[in-house]
Amino acid sequence: MSRFSSLPQRCGHLVIVLFGITLVTFFLLRLLPGNPAVAILGTSYTPARAAAIDNTLGLNRPIWSQYGLFLGHLFQGNLGFSFFYGQPATTVIVQHIAPTVFLVIYSAVLAALISFPIGFAAGLRRGGVIDQSSRILFTVSFAMPGFWLGIILLLVFSVHLHAFPISGFGGGFAQHLYYLFLPALTIALGFSTVLVRSLRAATIATLQAEFVDTARMKGIRWRRVLRRHVFRNAILAVVAVFGVNLAYLISGTVLVENVFSLPGLGSLLVNSVADRDYPVVQGVTLLFAVLIVAINLLADIVQAALDPRVGQEAGA
Amino acid sequence: MSTMWAATPSEQLMRMATRAAGRRRSATRRRLPLYIGLAMLVLAVAAAVLAPVLVSQSPTTIDVLHPLAPPLTPGHALGTDQFGRDVLARILYGARIDLAIAFGATIVTLVGGTIIGLVAGYLGGRIDSVLMRLVDLFFAFPFLVLIIAIVAMLGPSILNMFVAIWITSWVAYARIMRAQAVVAKRQQYVLAARALGYGRLRIMFRHILPNTASAVIIFSMVDAVGNIILAASLGFLGLGAQPPSPEWGTMISEGQNYLLTSWWLATMPGLAVVFVGIAFSLVGDGLADLLRTGER
Repeated sequence: MSRFSSLPQRCGHLVIVLFGITLVTFFLLRLLPGNPAVAILGTSYTPARAAAIDNTLGLNRPIWSQYGLFLGHLFQGNLGFSFFYGQPATTVIVQHIAPTVFLVIYSAVLAALISFPIGFAAGLRRGGVIDQSSRILFTVSFAMPGFWLGIILLLVFSVHLHAFPISGFGGGFAQHLYYLFLPALTIALGFSTVLVRSLRAATIATLQAEFVDTARMKGIRWRRVLRRHVFRNAILAVVAVFGVNLAYLISGTVLVENVFSLPGLGSLLVNSVADRDYPVVQGVTLLFAVLIVAINLLADIVQAALDPRVGQEAGA
Repeated sequence: MSTMWAATPSEQLMRMATRAAGRRRSATRRRLPLYIGLAMLVLAVAAAVLAPVLVSQSPTTIDVLHPLAPPLTPGHALGTDQFGRDVLARILYGARIDLAIAFGATIVTLVGGTIIGLVAGYLGGRIDSVLMRLVDLFFAFPFLVLIIAIVAMLGPSILNMFVAIWITSWVAYARIMRAQAVVAKRQQYVLAARALGYGRLRIMFRHILPNTASAVIIFSMVDAVGNIILAASLGFLGLGAQPPSPEWGTMISEGQNYLLTSWWLATMPGLAVVFVGIAFSLVGDGLADLLRTGER
């Protein structure tokens, strides 16, 4: 069997989930109390105008036909018109993607830098000082709201030490790195507690594997065994961890963008809720969900490519 | 997911809650986290209930003569905010809102999700696959984004926040309980009950549920932490409780505007969230240890 043999089944699930995602986002808009035409027109409401809007939006059609229309527009990349920005919702969303993507990648990298040494150390010395203190830190940081941690970092490093800017995205790559350091660190600190636990478990599991004993019996030095056999296998696990935890990273991004006033999708989402700009809310929700499903599939493929055992446990 | 390390935080905690803990420690040491956690929780609930006795000020009375007084000012242990309202009073009254959310949101999703998972796992077949696809679907959305979208459509308020949490949070319980029910239905005691001719409902709720409930109960403590943080997050984003409500997230959000001059406004309510969160975590840890030993 090929190592990618479980892929067709996964793709089948994927289609069902994607279909469900469009259904949920569609009905989110229909949950809206009252008539969308009233919400759009506001004070300039007249029955004739409302009827015209009902007609252009297809609101006078049966519900399944409206869903078909929504799907049809979706495939053309049309998410509706943002009356607040006076632009198509798709255009508005595309303008806000860059800071969010930058922030997610930046915080993932920072989280890896923080958690790799701690996770390995905790796994190598179970019950040791690093293991115990990281467990206590996990309890505390699990109970800590991410946005509040962001504000505390802001208070210490920006307000008192003047080491970092209070808000903004900056221009150019180096400036992005500087401006987004505190936001990324906020997300990374929360995320690294998850990574540390995963790495610790993976390290412990790998240490017990027979190939480690074999390598040691062959007389290979311990450092070399760790570097070539243990760490490599434990790092494999992290690929999967990143894929599975993307939803967690994105939730963190939504909050942290609002703390640091970054012009990303998270701020856009929250501002659009306040402005009652429903097409944008719907579009951002849809984009995040599709992104998560797609990246999870990608992580599975990467994992199958790196580790031949993964594809064989089909139907897992 | 098949690999043991690839898990979201909630999945990791679900697994911790599900796994039999074989750790051997002395009884008192093992129960220490539970006792500390319960003590912290009782303290928080008592503070919320006794708020009018503990502080003389009301959480919403404006005192324009003493705005932004720092902590340890006489009469204002934690200082005052931009309207001269006492921060300690606001935190204590805010505890009523945040604890109500922690308990209210958690209990409803615990009961609902457990029943759905039990039915899906025991009956199996088409009901099971439909319900589990639904669970997969909910897990595909970033949790917070879905909640924000639902609150957006319903309009921001505490009640709608409850509704949004109820709609989305049952899935974790359903997944845990289904796994438990699938295992339990092949065990001797269930087979015996079926041989005696008991009905499905009786077997599910009188036989399987009492034997497997510990996993969801332990997870509900973790979920309560998540719900407190979620409530604060939505309050912070302006989608939950609305000012002048002394909800903690709302207070943090208002305090952020005064970060340059008055650090305590955003800091103190956050510490309250962390305190209650740690309390629930410790109770969860303690219960996990306790219920495991009870099973053996």
